[in-house]
Amino acid sequence: MKIVVLVIGLSVIGFIGWWFFGKHEVAAENAEVTDDRQVVNVEVKGGYSPEVIILKKGVPATLNFTRKDSSSCLDRVVFSDFGINQALPQDERQAVEIDTNKPGEFQWACGMDMFHGKLVIK
Amino acid sequence: MSITKRFWISLIFSLPMLIEMILKPFGWMMPGGEWTMFTLTTVVMVVAAGPFLQSAWSSFKKHHSNMDTLVAIGTTTAYVYSVYAMATHQAVFFESAAFVTNFVLLGQVFEDRMRNNASNAVEKLVNLQAKDAEVVRDGKVVKVPLSEIVVGDVIKVRPGEKIAVDGQIVNGSSTIDESMITGESMPVEKKVGDSVVGATVNGTGTFTFKAGKVGKNTMLAQIVELVKKAQNSHAPIQGLTDKVSEIFVPLVLMIAIATFMIWYVFIGASVASSLIFAVSVVVIACPCALGLATPTALMVGTGRSARMGILIKNGEVLEAVNDVKTVIFDKTGTITVGKPQVTDVIGDKDQVLRIAASLEESSEHPLATAIIKKTNESNLAMSPSQSFKAIEGKGVQATIDGQTTFVGNDKLLNDVSVSDDLKRQMTELQNQAKTVVFVGQADRIIGLIAIQDAPKPTSKDAISALKSQGLKTVMLTGDNLAVSQAIANEVGIDQVVADVLPADKADQVKKFQESGKVAFVGDGINDAPALSTADVGIAMGSGTDIAIESGGIVLVKNDLRDVYKALELSKKTFNRIKLNLFWAFVYNVLGIPVAAGVFYFIGLALSPELAGLAMALSSLSVVTSSVLLNRAKITPSAEVA
Repeated sequence: MKIVVLVIGLSVIGFIGWWFFGKHEVAAENAEVTDDRQVVNVEVKGGYSPEVIILKKGVPATLNFTRKDSSSCLDRVVFSDFGINQALPQDERQAVEIDTNKPGEFQWACGMDMFHGKLVIK
Repeated sequence: MSITKRFWISLIFSLPMLIEMILKPFGWMMPGGEWTMFTLTTVVMVVAAGPFLQSAWSSFKKHHSNMDTLVAIGTTTAYVYSVYAMATHQAVFFESAAFVTNFVLLGQVFEDRMRNNASNAVEKLVNLQAKDAEVVRDGKVVKVPLSEIVVGDVIKVRPGEKIAVDGQIVNGSSTIDESMITGESMPVEKKVGDSVVGATVNGTGTFTFKAGKVGKNTMLAQIVELVKKAQNSHAPIQGLTDKVSEIFVPLVLMIAIATFMIWYVFIGASVASSLIFAVSVVVIACPCALGLATPTALMVGTGRSARMGILIKNGEVLEAVNDVKTVIFDKTGTITVGKPQVTDVIGDKDQVLRIAASLEESSEHPLATAIIKKTNESNLAMSPSQSFKAIEGKGVQATIDGQTTFVGNDKLLNDVSVSDDLKRQMTELQNQAKTVVFVGQADRIIGLIAIQDAPKPTSKDAISALKSQGLKTVMLTGDNLAVSQAIANEVGIDQVVADVLPADKADQVKKFQESGKVAFVGDGINDAPALSTADVGIAMGSGTDIAIESGGIVLVKNDLRDVYKALELSKKTFNRIKLNLFWAFVYNVLGIPVAAGVFYFIGLALSPELAGLAMALSSLSVVTSSVLLNRAKITPSAEVA
């Protein structure tokens, strides 16, 4: 019995390591440009999907965040490079306007800095 | 469902179990026993803890983990095991699952309030705005909302009213309370031609002003923008917690499983008690305190400094301030007033001033402006002058009251006589780095006027406050050494670098950077390169837009003492961040082994409930410590006028 527990325990530890620390693909999305605007919808549920958003430089962009997760961890979205700290009420679509004049990679995060997403402007 | 609601539901359903726990020693048992506990806990698990599970599951699918993962696993383990134990007639611990949920939610409710508290500085600033204003349109005064005011509108302001936008007074005068923008409590006198700032409050006078900046361009709007950016910026020290939080939760789960195995397999404890240790580890390890440590302190610190008229642009600046060894000042307009002033008048004061002013009346030379200002202050009437003519490169002359009079520089001395006494006084004044103007009548000099760009009255205090902190103070200027040294001596500056071309200021800053981090304080366009080169650029608020853009810290009030306050406040905020991080780390590092039962044999152990309480308290204490920054004392040595 004890041997069984030991084996199961060790394999669970191994699984956790592989699942969280292993290389896994993240969802990335290119913004589509329509009428000189680019809009991306982001679902907030246990993280952000997509997690990487690629925007075109110089085209006004709107990210629509919809939080479907009740965790208070995710109740704000913070773009520290843009001075944006937007509250995300649950199940409400919140538009975040992004100034795309400067190219580069910008991180965004939840209010507690636990979940991250990346914005690429090029 | 809101967190508050979830908290109340879970509290109401956990209360009976709490009562039982307290009354058990007195022989009271809950009616229905285990079945009642099972029902109550099931409600708590579904309603209050359910969202944790959902959130944990959806982030698990994305290969992420968060605090909800820990709470969900902790409570579910306790609950599921208890159901199994009930079925096999062993001891249950339903109450652990319920209590942990309770404490975690309690912590979140408080944390939510505190976080809102910490971030409302911006809201407070925005609320300072006037809602509407009386605008003159088509000759009539009409009330229009703030958003409809355009540049060029003439706006009427009555006593006690808020000024709507930035502009210039065109009619009337008043005293204005600008404390909300500058932090300066003394009302400021304003007359025609002076500029007024939106959101400040008019005193007793009535005036009209022309709107110069509206909407996003007003001072208040720009301050709000700056503060917003600063509050949400990243301090470099946060990079550490970013890394930790990524690996922390999975690591804790591994430790928890190891804990269970060690207790069960190697020490031979029962399944129940081994599980309790594992659950405690999971519950106590929530890293929210780590995540909250930096942002909350940053928010409170930058918010508070904004209220004092000190705008700190971001977390990087805050961190850089901590190691500053040298503070370099620009001279003109930073240490000095920036406008030459009459400091001494030798001879018959009234007569000398009156003659000089009458002659210089139409001149726009800065020295002439200084003389006329002084004459006006002394309430002296000017005399009409005739046959005005310039003496090439030496000064001007004219006839006043039938006598030839003249004003000029020392080159005049070749043409006229001057007494030895005046000569001696001239040398003395020149040694004090003052510019001396000669005033003459007929063919002799009757008096001297000394003019200097005097230091601001507060500069000396400001410098000594900085020196008391062990900082080296340096003055960087394009002026000549004699003048600069005299001013440096007056205000107590340690070192003077004179005759610096504007383009070389940045290079000079670099030189000082070789021996440690440097803060540069300046105001002009020519200071912009130095402001961006320095580790900490401090721009005087009266300065040009470019200077303000290049600075990491902007002092809205034009007061040099704020340099000290800015440095002090930045240091306090940064130290608070470090303190928060330290405690959050210590707490987790110590908490985990205690929860895992490492100290069990010396009688120190944590039940899951206590672990939950401790976790709630740790986030709460970090946020509280940040909010307390609002009360931190800024050493009064800088307050002395």
